[in-house]
Amino acid sequence: MIATCKLSELAAGAEAILESIDLPEEEARHLMVLGFLPGHRIEVGLSAPGGDPRVYRVDGSEVALRRETAAHLETMPMTGLPFGKNDREGS
Amino acid sequence: MRLTSAECHTPVGPPRPFPPRTRLVAIVGPPNSGKSTLFNRLTGLHQKVANYPGVTVEHRMGRLKARYVDTGTRQNVELVDLPGIYSLNARSEDERVTRDVLAGLMPGVPRPDAVLLILDSTNLGRQLMLAAPVLATELPTMVLLNMSDDLARRGGVLNVPELSKRLGAPVALVTARNGRGFDEIYDFLNAQLAPPRPVQLPILQDVPKTRKWSAQMSFASGYVAPAPTKWTRRLDKVFLHPVAGPVIFLTVVLALFQSIFTLAKPMMNGIADLVSGSGNLLTRILPASVFRDLLVQGVWGGVGTVITFLPQILLLFLFIGFLEDSGYLARAALIADRTMKGIGLQGKSFIPLISAYACAIPAVLAARTIENKRDRMATILIAPLMTCSARLPIYVLIIAAFIPDKHVLGPLLGMRAIAMLSLYILGFLAAVATARVLKSSILRSERTPFVLEMPPYRWPKLSQLAMRLVDRGKVFLHRAGTLILGVAVVLWILLHVPTHNGQPPEIEHSVAGQIGHAIEPAIRPLGLNWKFGIGLISSLAARETIVGTLGTIYDTEGKETNGKLQEAVRKELSPAGAAALLIFFAFALQCMSTIAVVRRETAGWKWPIIQFSYMLVLAYVGAFAAFHIVTWFT
Repeated sequence: MIATCKLSELAAGAEAILESIDLPEEEARHLMVLGFLPGHRIEVGLSAPGGDPRVYRVDGSEVALRRETAAHLETMPMTGLPFGKNDREGS
Repeated sequence: MRLTSAECHTPVGPPRPFPPRTRLVAIVGPPNSGKSTLFNRLTGLHQKVANYPGVTVEHRMGRLKARYVDTGTRQNVELVDLPGIYSLNARSEDERVTRDVLAGLMPGVPRPDAVLLILDSTNLGRQLMLAAPVLATELPTMVLLNMSDDLARRGGVLNVPELSKRLGAPVALVTARNGRGFDEIYDFLNAQLAPPRPVQLPILQDVPKTRKWSAQMSFASGYVAPAPTKWTRRLDKVFLHPVAGPVIFLTVVLALFQSIFTLAKPMMNGIADLVSGSGNLLTRILPASVFRDLLVQGVWGGVGTVITFLPQILLLFLFIGFLEDSGYLARAALIADRTMKGIGLQGKSFIPLISAYACAIPAVLAARTIENKRDRMATILIAPLMTCSARLPIYVLIIAAFIPDKHVLGPLLGMRAIAMLSLYILGFLAAVATARVLKSSILRSERTPFVLEMPPYRWPKLSQLAMRLVDRGKVFLHRAGTLILGVAVVLWILLHVPTHNGQPPEIEHSVAGQIGHAIEPAIRPLGLNWKFGIGLISSLAARETIVGTLGTIYDTEGKETNGKLQEAVRKELSPAGAAALLIFFAFALQCMSTIAVVRRETAGWKWPIIQFSYMLVLAYVGAFAAFHIVTWFT
């Protein structure tokens, strides 16, 4: 059993599967429209100087989130696991 | 066959194959999909910017270029460029407006006859999500897959006929930047329109299901996503580098400043010379009359003050346009976010506030990129506190008159430069403090997440930048020009009535002079007399007019040099009064163009009135304090 962790806790270069978004429905839906879909892969990118906000690669595009927002996204880290970059197209 | 909406409006008779009336076609697409590029290419410069009633969302209207109109059908096509949206969920005002326009629910706006949906073909799996709600409107739709050049170059593949069959709508691969694939757009715009017949549509409110639908659509059409661009990642490693990133950021900001002030200066001087030269020429060739004076001093002077600022504003927009089109602007917002968060704002407020150093009008317009309504409002409200270039003439005059030209630290830093810099810092601090107050009181926002899409880096296209410059230049000249011109004429008339035996009155006895006397009790506590009262009243229209007004008042002959005006001001004004005047100009919203633009952008008088009032209070209290502090020290 692998524990989940918050998206904000992952370092640059890490990859994770999004489990859930703990935000009001409207905001969660907006994030999903931008590519933060549960079950999809997120790649943690670079950040602004000081570590916040940070760029995330989701569903073929790059979206920056503040740490306070990323803390509401629960993920399953997959770095080091034998999953390759096999699902660029998501679903 | 189901009637199209165009035919629904015709109550009688069989549907004609090509209705002679103008066809209204809406362009819909997500941000960064090349929507504006497409619109510009289809319409050329025949476009106008308009607002929907009651909302702050701007849209562009334009007529399809004549050479693309089918000679057989002569179908006129009016295109409307709707704001960039990710969905029709009505989360933002942009989305709500787009949804209402497509549904025909926007008052006073006819329902479009057709839609051009433009999507980024390099990320089709996700971009197609927007197709679901658009096709669900049942408006005849053509799906344009933009950046097809990129797609092909990076090894992406798509079976267009297959996708077209599944969506039940025409699909074309296009490249908006160079016009490739546009023939099919013209065919669509001229042909008979039919509503789309998609094979299936997902439940629109369910984002995961919509995403799944869009993946199925692209998969079934043999879509192979292109290889990711390496350039964007490589460049981000530099631009977001912990050390190099901020250094580049600061360099860009400084270069922006430098270009606004030094590069624009010769052009501004040139225009000023041109205006005064042609004014003198007019004086010589026209017979002496009241109308000549009104034309030369009132109209020509009014136009002159406005257009001397044009080079600066165009340079600013050129710079910002380059940053935006290249993709760096999003990175700059990212880097600035942490600092802006400190004052209760966010990264997207940064560029508008920087622009405000040149002029508050482009700043207010640039605040459109901020989705969070309260952040946008706060940015608009504080933007005029940044030291805009219209304050420079009076700052220069007063500083030159009262501060000795002495060097403090070496030859580079003089006392006058320090005084000028202090005023810049003062404006900035006032803006920061006001932002904090606003964001912790009337504009406290529910915690909406800061979400910023990072577009891939692209080399900006010159023709697109030029179009934007022409567009913004027109907007500036029109909105600012008409107002300042009007006020200049009114002021000139007020200074020249009532006439005695055909002769204009002494300034003191003119209507303007009487107004100056009337407000003198209010400004006497600031150490200012009635002449400055006239100056303050006239500068309500535009700050820079005060110098011209004072020039007129102190030497109605109009021959005074700046040095003479400095002398006159030094005689009239105590050092404490001079300090009060500077502080008043630093804080007060003496700019009708800004007020007009804020009214337009916030769709009402409420915010401009609040803004004008709080800045006036700030200015008066600040000037009063400055007067007493300086009096105490001298």
